[in-house]
Amino acid sequence: MKRKITVPLTPDVVDSLKAGDIVEITGTVYTARDAAHKRMIALLDEGKPLPFPPEGQVIYYVGPCPAPEGKVIGSAGPTTSGRMDKYTPALIKAGISGMIGKGMRDENVIRAMVEYGAVYFGATGGAGALISKCIKSQKVIAFDDLGTEAVRMLEVVDFPAIVLIDRYGNNLYETGRQKYAVVDCGQ
Amino acid sequence: MKEIHVSEIIDAVEKLCIDANYYLKEDIYKALTAALNAEKSENGRMVLENIIKNARIAAEEKMPICQDTGMAVIFLQVGQEVRITGGSLYDAVQEGVRRGYKNGYLRCSVVKNPLKRENTGDNTPAVIHTEIVDGSGLKIIVAPKGFGSENMSAVAMLKPSDGIEGVVKFVVKTVSDAGANPCPPVIVGVGIGGTMEKAALLAKKALLRPLDLRSADPDIAELEKNLLAQINKLGIGPAGIGGTTTALAVNIETYPTHIAGLPVAVNIGCHATRHASVIL
Repeated sequence: MKRKITVPLTPDVVDSLKAGDIVEITGTVYTARDAAHKRMIALLDEGKPLPFPPEGQVIYYVGPCPAPEGKVIGSAGPTTSGRMDKYTPALIKAGISGMIGKGMRDENVIRAMVEYGAVYFGATGGAGALISKCIKSQKVIAFDDLGTEAVRMLEVVDFPAIVLIDRYGNNLYETGRQKYAVVDCGQ
Repeated sequence: MKEIHVSEIIDAVEKLCIDANYYLKEDIYKALTAALNAEKSENGRMVLENIIKNARIAAEEKMPICQDTGMAVIFLQVGQEVRITGGSLYDAVQEGVRRGYKNGYLRCSVVKNPLKRENTGDNTPAVIHTEIVDGSGLKIIVAPKGFGSENMSAVAMLKPSDGIEGVVKFVVKTVSDAGANPCPPVIVGVGIGGTMEKAALLAKKALLRPLDLRSADPDIAELEKNLLAQINKLGIGPAGIGGTTTALAVNIETYPTHIAGLPVAVNIGCHATRHASVIL
């Protein structure tokens, strides 16, 4: 069962999403990866505003390919989220309610998600061409000098995702794997 | 002596960078389709369907399969009866990469200094591995490598007494620890023997072998099958959200080694593990 949700997220929607829920996301999301995160944390440390008001917003970890002529954007699939773990708790504390990426998160991120209420969505890694079809517009809003790593505002329609970790700390990576593991070799 | 002008090399590398990024290899496409039929998890099948659909869109619309169009890893097999004319071979390869990434609308993902991290803006330099071989051909293989999978790769200097069990344990643990990060179902390249850097290079080369081709050494072919079976029992599954397809293949290359050592390298390739080649 697919559930359609809109972003920015309201606290009710954050509370209602459960690990394993298949969703289609419509609305505005903001892109940021390693370099942009480093700069956003520096802004927070200096008491300056982020490039966008964070309340209820969703960050998509992506560095898209350049848009060929006639296209809104190039391939735009998720990057590995774990590299942002160092920065994520502070952004959640500042108001971010969701992240879209791929791969595991550390304990500090999950603790912040539970404490402040945030959801971690997964998009299919390596499906950048498919995902680009759901992106209807893009605009660089900060750190233009970072190129593909700049912060972009994306309008997305029916962006396919699955809830990997919900705000209660339930983790699909753990439960999904346990369900199909025949033997956990040496772990 | 056969002469090859650098302009031919530039054109070939440009085309290979684009082709490798746009078109999924046929053997991988077949393996993904077979995995879709065999996968027990419903979520896993949904992910595999997305991956297959993504490859079709990329080919039809001439766009990259993945936004991480990689650091360009290039293997040159230069026949000893070949003479390169008109300039430097390596400059030609780098120029081909520069043009391919620009004209193919591929992402530039290379930083000049690993600690200062400023983007070079044209995806150069490529990593080039050169071999001198018999004959009068120049084979160029372009293998763009994304870092979701590259980051999960590892080398271990095992003891000879660790033996085959030690190799199996290390390979399975490396894939297990990688979890969802390298975009499973993965292709596992393993290098056994040589020295530290030789094992790593063998692991990288192992990723270039077609998935339906087992090692010519029957013992190694058996080890490949055994490792694949064990990896697919981990439960990681497509996209790491649970399932019976964690890897599509395990390819192993070996080389003689020292009496005191057993180097093992694991280079993980994502579900696209891109490469394209030409012989000039």
